[in-house]
Amino acid sequence: MSERDPGAGIPAGPPEEDPRIEGEKHPVARMIAIGIVASVIGVAICLTIDWFPADASGAANDIDTAYDVLLICSVPIFVLVMTIAIYSVIRFRAKPGDMRDGAPIHGNTRLEIFWVTVPFLMVSALAAYAWITLDDIEAKQRDELAVNVTGQQFTWTFGYPGEQVRSATLVLPENRPVDFRIKTNDVIHSFWVPEFRLKSDAVPGLTTHIRLTPDRIGRYQVVCAELCGIGHATMRQNVRVVPPEEFDRWLASQRAAQGPAAGGGGEQGGGEQGGGEQGGGEQGGGEQGGGQQAAAEGEQLFTENGCSSCHTLSAAGADGTVGPDLDDISKPDEAYIRESIVDPNATIAKGFNPDIMPGDFGDKLSPDEVDALVSYLLEAQR
Amino acid sequence: MTLTRRLLAPGWYRAALGTAAGFGLGMGIVCAVRALYGWDPIVDWNAIITVGALIAAPLGYLVGIGCFDYWFYWASGRPTRPEDHSGHGAYSWKDYFRVNTDHKVIGIQYICTTFFFFVAGGLMAMLMRAELAQPGTQFVDPNTFNGLFSVHASIMIFLFIIPVFAGIANFVIPLMIGAPDMAFPRLNALSYWMLPVGGVMMLASFFAEGGAFATGWTAYAPLSTETPLGQQFFTVGVQFAGASSIATALNFLVTIITMRAPGMTFWRMPLLVWANFTTSLLVVIATPFIAGSQFFVLLDRTLSTHFFDPSTNGDVLMYQHVFWFYSHPAVYIMMLPGFGIISEVISTHARKPIFGYRMMAFSLVAIVILGFSVWAHHMFVSGMWSWLRVPMMITTMLIAVPTGIKIFSWLATLWRGVIHLRTPLLFALGFITMFTLGGISGIMLAVIPFTIHVSDTYFVVAHIHYVLFGGSVFTIFAGIYHWFPKMTGRMYDETLGRIHFWLSFIFFNLTFGPMHFVGIDGMPRRVADYAEQYATWNAIISISAFIFGLSFLVFVYNMVASWRHGPLADANPWRAHSIEWQVSSPPPVFNFDEIPTVVGGPYEYGVPGAVHAVFKEKAPAGAAVPAPAGGGGAPPPTE
Repeated sequence: MSERDPGAGIPAGPPEEDPRIEGEKHPVARMIAIGIVASVIGVAICLTIDWFPADASGAANDIDTAYDVLLICSVPIFVLVMTIAIYSVIRFRAKPGDMRDGAPIHGNTRLEIFWVTVPFLMVSALAAYAWITLDDIEAKQRDELAVNVTGQQFTWTFGYPGEQVRSATLVLPENRPVDFRIKTNDVIHSFWVPEFRLKSDAVPGLTTHIRLTPDRIGRYQVVCAELCGIGHATMRQNVRVVPPEEFDRWLASQRAAQGPAAGGGGEQGGGEQGGGEQGGGEQGGGEQGGGQQAAAEGEQLFTENGCSSCHTLSAAGADGTVGPDLDDISKPDEAYIRESIVDPNATIAKGFNPDIMPGDFGDKLSPDEVDALVSYLLEAQR
Repeated sequence: MTLTRRLLAPGWYRAALGTAAGFGLGMGIVCAVRALYGWDPIVDWNAIITVGALIAAPLGYLVGIGCFDYWFYWASGRPTRPEDHSGHGAYSWKDYFRVNTDHKVIGIQYICTTFFFFVAGGLMAMLMRAELAQPGTQFVDPNTFNGLFSVHASIMIFLFIIPVFAGIANFVIPLMIGAPDMAFPRLNALSYWMLPVGGVMMLASFFAEGGAFATGWTAYAPLSTETPLGQQFFTVGVQFAGASSIATALNFLVTIITMRAPGMTFWRMPLLVWANFTTSLLVVIATPFIAGSQFFVLLDRTLSTHFFDPSTNGDVLMYQHVFWFYSHPAVYIMMLPGFGIISEVISTHARKPIFGYRMMAFSLVAIVILGFSVWAHHMFVSGMWSWLRVPMMITTMLIAVPTGIKIFSWLATLWRGVIHLRTPLLFALGFITMFTLGGISGIMLAVIPFTIHVSDTYFVVAHIHYVLFGGSVFTIFAGIYHWFPKMTGRMYDETLGRIHFWLSFIFFNLTFGPMHFVGIDGMPRRVADYAEQYATWNAIISISAFIFGLSFLVFVYNMVASWRHGPLADANPWRAHSIEWQVSSPPPVFNFDEIPTVVGGPYEYGVPGAVHAVFKEKAPAGAAVPAPAGGGGAPPPTE
């Protein structure tokens, strides 16, 4: 509709119409005719526009349809307001020097009852429709795949309970209902994949849920939709919806890569301590030399722990600008890098502020992992 | 005057002294307490800034500038003069820069101050659009960007829209109801002088260690309890702006209830008076809730309370409930006075009685009541109890009914009028159309399945600007142009006014219209950077935003030049009926030589012999017309 707005106001040049409503037959009928034509055109334009991103979940169809319904209801109302406003301005515009007053109409009870009742019925119907749609898209499904989603400044971690697998990339099987259990380690985040349409905040102290069925194979992005601090804008990660067999293969390779190291812990909830001893990577398999293996492990640690959201490191394909550029560390020695990871406030790089980088990496990462990360970052300097 | 006398008399010298003394006192308290507890270091600048600069210094400034002098005299038993008019009225431009008890001076003080903050907030918006013109980081780092949109929103809401309406109403309402001033002129002055404190604090947060508060104007905990010192400039600044707002609202309520001219029944009040009456109810009931929410944050930050720390049984969602219990009614605090302005402007410039006057008043009351029952529609994806969503959706949608009454009644008022398409009416028409769009996207946002997708996206940014700029700010422009002759005694330039309208109307739509598209397409709001796919639209939005920003210069030039050199205005250039137009432009210092008597409704255009108010002698028997009835016997507006 907005493309018609500018022209829909009042003609800039003063038209010299006479307020001569008596001379005209059926002004209301004419306006209704104009309004219907304009509404049809408006609805047609609005429905032709491709508003949404790709629809990749069962909920997407329902939501896109709801939006179409809203457009079909809205356009005629907007057209009605515009038609009366423009018509009145053209038809009843005062001529220069016209000192008369308008008709002393104080109201019309029937008309007022009408424009209370009709909007009331319209919004009641809309509310009922919205409620039904909401129940549909939030209904529990059978055979749900549980996925733990954990937000932290400024990264997402996805855990597959019972599988001891955690990943920085969200991988989902096609056509299998998923129950996302959303948590946060620090402030409020909001888990959103635009192609799935649904979002929910990750709230400290709560576990929130989203249920949906991915039904389109492809690569999408998880976006953080709730302001969570300095790195909020770049808190985006990849989603892959894959055929079920590929999902099973991916899960197995991840389990092989991460599981043994996690030992018999059996912690559900994405394996907080799941130390990846080997660089699994999504592709899995493949002959890897020692150096490559360490590099792959370092890269995985780097991306999984959210370093890549804030720092630039070309070796890991990261281009964050919240924190210092790690392609060019000011003092590339082991002790300094280690200190910067476990106690980031000890030395603040020039041009940056303290308390931005989370200070708990020393607790979250095992000593081996810190070692691996330090040597990876050192390696990347050369 | 000697320096000593200057430092003792109320004014800017004493204000500077009071500010310094307040800061020193605060610093002393902090250092003394820390020394007593044996804390190290004794001189802790974060605490000193909080207690000294944010709390004690502003109070010292208020005392110094002279807001409390009369009350101190009275409280200490020194002689006071009940009819003391020494601080009343403006006889030179200097009288606008001191504590003044004249509601007309305070009104203009409000309007000029708030427009200063409007410019400040607008410049921040320009800087944000420059940064967002292309993906990546160009002008400001992410921390500064987060600070920019947070301060932009806070300034626009708390230092522009809410108080500029208070300013317009301050000038107009006492005149409109035939009162010589507000009920509490000294409280009125205090309300005004508290306001800049909040604004300066919010702007000054950019100089705090760690940058400006960067948590949005919503300041959601626990992010706001963890961010650097700048956050406290918001939590305390809001207290000053809120206290100002509450005091003004109380003043309006008492003034409107007790000081109406003889014959001014509630059903003869102009709709602007109704609008400010209902707005003041909202302010008085709701504003303490945002004060509370920000005090919780302040206490969590400074005294280590744990209101919002789940590990000690704190409740994060409680913040949002308390915050929105104010901040949704705040949307109507920012809209109802505009509704009142539009009613005045449309009726006057279309020369027709307001269609369905009583329904217009009832719909304001209905919005007030319903407005308190919808706050959680801001929290549809917040993780609150899911059953609460559907009732909140229904009440939200129901607000469309009274709002629709207003839109349709304005349209019916235009119908068969004699429409003088001057700048105020242009802005009123722009308001009706843009606000309809904002209302429609508001209904869309009430539909939970849709809003789960678009909440926290640019769709919401588009909606809020259609409602608050296309809605509120257009009504502010309409009101400023409409009462400019009354306030200044001079006419504004009509051609420049029209240029201002068309530039802002067109580029407003080009700026905020496309935000609907990028929002639905998946661009989240409050981001310093975005995915490549939104680059084209963002470039278009930024270019439009710059022209939109420049259009404001036309307005500023028009106002300044017309105020200084514009042609002198008649007492009643629009041939309006309401009382403020029956006195000279600008009005005399005490408004009326004699209080008028109200004998009829305020909008009786076209009714032969109709008069709203008479001065001096009683109204002739035949001139009194009954108040317009919503169900009058007039024929339907069709032929």
